[in-house]
Amino acid sequence: MKDVKVLGTGCANCRATVQRIEEAARAKGVDIQLTKVEDMPSIVAYGVMATPGVVVDGKVVHAGGVPRKEAIESWLA
Amino acid sequence: MIAATWPSARPKSFLGVAAIAWLAAYSVLVPVSEAIVAALPVDRASHLGSALQFFFYDTPKVLLLLTGVVFVMGLVNSYFTPERTRAMLSGRTGGLGNVLAASLGVVTPFCSCSAVPLFIGFVQAGIPLGITFSFLIAAPMVNEVALALLLALFGWKIALLYLALGLAVAIVSGWVIGRLRMEAHLEDWVRDLARTQASVGAGSTTLAQRVQAAFAAVRDIVGRVWPYVIAGIAIGAAIHGYVPEDFMAGLMGREAWWSVPAAVAIGVPMYANAAGIIPIVEALLAKGAALGTVLAFMMSVIALSLPEMVILRKVLKPRLIAVFAGVVATGILVVGYVFNAVL
Repeated sequence: MKDVKVLGTGCANCRATVQRIEEAARAKGVDIQLTKVEDMPSIVAYGVMATPGVVVDGKVVHAGGVPRKEAIESWLA
Repeated sequence: MIAATWPSARPKSFLGVAAIAWLAAYSVLVPVSEAIVAALPVDRASHLGSALQFFFYDTPKVLLLLTGVVFVMGLVNSYFTPERTRAMLSGRTGGLGNVLAASLGVVTPFCSCSAVPLFIGFVQAGIPLGITFSFLIAAPMVNEVALALLLALFGWKIALLYLALGLAVAIVSGWVIGRLRMEAHLEDWVRDLARTQASVGAGSTTLAQRVQAAFAAVRDIVGRVWPYVIAGIAIGAAIHGYVPEDFMAGLMGREAWWSVPAAVAIGVPMYANAAGIIPIVEALLAKGAALGTVLAFMMSVIALSLPEMVILRKVLKPRLIAVFAGVVATGILVVGYVFNAVL
C-alpha cells in the first residue's frame, strides 16, 4: 500500500489534485492511503514552496499546480 | 493524435510555425470582422453594425494576444522555478536585491495560494524580509494576464508603463520594509524554523517539456479568463452609446485630487483577478476617468486584497501586515498622482 499525501491549504488546485489521484488509483487498482495535509507548519516542513505538493512514501514528488495524469500514474506504478 | 505529438517531437519547428500562424491570424482580424458583419442582416453604417464589427474585431484580438502572451510567459516561467529563484536571491542584500527580487517576481510562476510556503521558503534560506516582500508584491501585481489585456485594450505604451510602475512599487516598498527591520514581527513558529540550504534541484528540462508547460498555462489561464474578457468587451461596447462620454470625468478625472486615494481605498478590500477588473477599467477610462486614478485602482485591487492578508496572517504578526499594506498603498498612491500629473 502506498502512502500518498497531498500538501495544500484547500485551494481549488489542491482539491483537483486529490480527486485526480483517487481516480488514477481506482483506475489502476492500486491500494493507496491518501491523506490531506492542510496545516501550514507541516506543509513547509516538507520543503515545498508551491502548493499543491504531493508526497509518495515520504518523498516529495511534485510541487506547484495540478499534476498531470501520466505523472500520477508513474508514482503509483 | 498527430496534433498533440508534433509539438513534443519537434518543438523548434512547432514554435516557428505557431509564431507564423499567430501573426497571420492577427493580420486578418479586420477583414474577417468586416466579412462577418457583411454576412449579417444589419446595416454596417448603423450603430449596431459598428458595435458588432467592434465586438467581432476586439474579441478575437484580445483572445489572440492573451493566448500569445500567456504561451510565451509559460515558456519563460519554465526557466524560473521557485527553487531556482530562491537560490538566485539568497545571499543578496541592499537595493539591487530588491530590484532582482521584483524582476524575478514577474517571471517566476506564482499563485497566491502558494504565497505562504514561498514566503517561508525564502525566509528559511536567509533571504532578507525586504527582498522577500519585493518578490511577493511584484508577483501578483505584474502578471501576464494584466499585461496582455492592457496591451490588447490600451496599447503597448500603457502596458509597458504598468510594468515599470508595478516594478517600481514592488522595489521601493520592499526596500522600505527592509529598512524598517520588522523581522521580530514574523510569527514565532516561522522565526524558529530551521535554516535550509538554498540549492537548485537537479533535473534538466527539454524544450519539448517547456512547450508542454506553456500549453498547460494557456489551457489553465485562458480557459479560466475568457468569459471575463468577453463580458468586458461586451460591456465596453454596450456602455459606449448610453453613458455620457464625460460621466466619470468630474468624479474620477484629473481635477479631482481626492480621486486617487478614493480609488485605492475602494480597491484594497476588493478582490478580483486581472481579467475581472479589466472590464471596469475599460469602462472607467472610456468615460473620462484619469489614467493614473484608474491604474491605481487596478493595482490596489490586484496587489492588495483582504483574502491575501488573511493568508499572510499565518506567518506575519498584525503590525507587519499593516506596514505591508500601508507601504504598498502609499506606493500605488504616488503612482496614481505622478501619472495624472505627467499625462
